[in-house]
Amino acid sequence: MTAATRSARAPSVHPSWLRITHWLNALAVLVMATSGWRIYNASPLFDFEFPDAVTLGGWLAGALQWHFAGMWLLALNGAVYLVLNLATGRMRRRFFPLSPGGVLRDAAAALRGRLTHDDPHRYNEVQRLAYLFVVLDIALLVLSGLALWKPVQFGMLRELMGGYETARRVHFAAMAALLAFVAVHLAMVALVPGTLRAMIRGR
Amino acid sequence: MENRSRLSRQDAGLVLKEARKLLSARVEHPGRRAFLTRTLTLGGVAMLSGCDVTNNAGIERALSAISRFNDEVQARIFDPHALAPTYPASMITRPFPFNAYYGITEAPAIDEPGYRLEIGGQAADRRPWRLPELRALAQTEQITRHICVEGWSAIGRWGGVRFSDFLARIGADTTARFVGFKCSDDYYTSIDMRTALHPQTLLALTYDGRTLPREYGFPMKLRMPTKLGYKNPKHIRAIFITNTYPGGYWEDQGYNWFGGS
Repeated sequence: MTAATRSARAPSVHPSWLRITHWLNALAVLVMATSGWRIYNASPLFDFEFPDAVTLGGWLAGALQWHFAGMWLLALNGAVYLVLNLATGRMRRRFFPLSPGGVLRDAAAALRGRLTHDDPHRYNEVQRLAYLFVVLDIALLVLSGLALWKPVQFGMLRELMGGYETARRVHFAAMAALLAFVAVHLAMVALVPGTLRAMIRGR
Repeated sequence: MENRSRLSRQDAGLVLKEARKLLSARVEHPGRRAFLTRTLTLGGVAMLSGCDVTNNAGIERALSAISRFNDEVQARIFDPHALAPTYPASMITRPFPFNAYYGITEAPAIDEPGYRLEIGGQAADRRPWRLPELRALAQTEQITRHICVEGWSAIGRWGGVRFSDFLARIGADTTARFVGFKCSDDYYTSIDMRTALHPQTLLALTYDGRTLPREYGFPMKLRMPTKLGYKNPKHIRAIFITNTYPGGYWEDQGYNWFGGS
């Protein structure tokens, strides 16, 4: 049996809706992060700025236009992902069970180089935690972003975020956490290139 | 080329205006931008004509269209009864930051005796107002958070005439869509009528219990805790009510028009 016929018979690792929402989300995150850095530079919270070369928009107004266009893609695509993930049962199948013990066991195995990716249909518990984390982190980015955009109209959300100024820090911290995820995610894809193929072709 | 005639005086003005707009969109620092746009002359235009505008027009149009869509969304989200939080005097930011498209020393110095607030557009009573007449109207005060489009915020204390009272006083047509503002520092902006009628929208005449100082917009500023800082015009010299979209200084350069908080 050739590799081609084997892969044609194997069930798909990622359904097409998941692959589409994944790449749209990657695009949205890229737009939101790079335009967000330009907005950050207009009034830095901390003692550093992002290099203009890696930012999007050219100036503050341009960055704001990108950010408030990208938000629709991020939020709507994220909503489609969540609804389909829950409705198809994929969320339950692929992300659970998840336990602290399981995460520690798989993390230790990964660090010793003993965690294999033989079965791409099954996430190990570190993956489950990481992917669930990034889903929640993006949800936090959207909510803290809404609190910053509409602190008066969404007063409850503003208070939930600790007020306008705290919401700025929450939004920044959630962005930083997302970057950390992306760094590890890309490193893991480089180590296990088959995962990239599966996210493009489905298997 | 032979047939490229000299610019008429009117065309030259338009070219200059357009060039200022292009240039200001490319220079981020407000002070630098003001310096460049003000010192831009026809000679400068001649030099610029060799430059290639590399911005992608299609993307710019799409982003502008989404920004207008976001204006609509914000108008729908806007709750005329939702109040911005108010704060105790102990939380006022001191010193309250100065912010404009020019430096603090360039803020216009308005002479009170000669000052008249002009009223235009769809209002029954368009006679101009002197400052003592405005001070004689019912005054109110609030301590609210000013949020700048750059992200920073500061808490300040403004007092003055509730703008909805003032609009009623001049017989403004409150079914009109926009209220526009022209300012002594050549700034201009406009807001939606529903925000104009919001109970916290103030025609501010005082700051922190004293006459509004020059750096904060003497003789008056429109203070709206429901909108970002650039929507709050200072040094107002004319107010007009209209159904024709008036735009704004920053809004015409790409900042979102509704700019609501």
